[in-house]
Amino acid sequence: MHELSIAMSIVDLACEEAEMRGAPGVDVVYLKLGPLSGVVKEALLFSYEIACQQTPLEGSKLLIEEVPIVVNCPVCRERRSVQSIQSLCCAICGTPTPEILEGRELMVTAMELRP
Amino acid sequence: MIVEPRLVEVRKNVLKQNDVLARALRERFREAGVLAISLVSSPGAGKTAFLERTLTLLHTRYKVAALVGDLATENDAARLARSQAPVKQIITGTVCHLEAAMVQNALDGWNLRDLDFLFIENVGNLVCPSSYDLGEDLRFVLLSVTEGEDKPLKYPTIFNSADVAIITKSDLAAAVEFDEVLTRRNIQAVRPGMQVLKLSAKTGAGMPDFLEFLERLHPRSHRAAAVAK
Repeated sequence: MHELSIAMSIVDLACEEAEMRGAPGVDVVYLKLGPLSGVVKEALLFSYEIACQQTPLEGSKLLIEEVPIVVNCPVCRERRSVQSIQSLCCAICGTPTPEILEGRELMVTAMELRP
Repeated sequence: MIVEPRLVEVRKNVLKQNDVLARALRERFREAGVLAISLVSSPGAGKTAFLERTLTLLHTRYKVAALVGDLATENDAARLARSQAPVKQIITGTVCHLEAAMVQNALDGWNLRDLDFLFIENVGNLVCPSSYDLGEDLRFVLLSVTEGEDKPLKYPTIFNSADVAIITKSDLAAAVEFDEVLTRRNIQAVRPGMQVLKLSAKTGAGMPDFLEFLERLHPRSHRAAAVAK
């Protein structure tokens, strides 16, 4: 369970960004989360609340957008989704596809700043 | 005066700080001509026994060293010191994984140019270490025959983040009716094309093949290039 330390990194990052823009606080943090990031959404949401305590982010919301794994299928020569995280094969033609294009995201994409 | 909340674009990786440090470490390893290999596995898969055997066999011909992560004890470093290779323990306290900053701090006082191979043993954990780049050139994931063939399916993220899978404790395979074909199939399902090696640190079976594999990876050309500079 490393979600608390991840949540604290999110809070640090958001505080820095808010300060840079002269905002007194943050209402919403938007996060993109891929299944290969190694981070569990529910555990992260739980930890986030704790990490926000006594920071300019106290009371803010974390909105997580879960994004799918996208691979480059060597047979279709296209961006494709996979059968599942347990089966990294092209969802269309079934070819095993090691080349991962997306799915490792753990990224703050945007924030709503408090006026 | 602004009264509405302001939406701003950020687009920053949460682990940016770790990633920046990891990139710097990778560059240091490359410049020094040292091959850095990290080991991940569940607790008890045999990382330390495997590393002890590897260090003992390698250190007659190469300059090797190891960093070992553990939550609380220095037992692993004491065991590995028997190999005569320099070993440093990283005690993580309550942290369940190594981070690039811990590796960077632990390397203080070591001249990387004196090394050929650096091993970094992560904390025994198949979940958290997958999120953190340590700057290693290669990540080996260890899976012992006693753990069950479906480990790769249960922990696809860490298997996917690794470059090589090593099946350990092969001497116990028959006793636990280990299904090697199924295990290899499961590894390939979560990480297509991954190289798989099988060995026993206890009996030494498979170790010669493993050492040959390591020697092929050795960055002698990097070293030569670094010296030429």
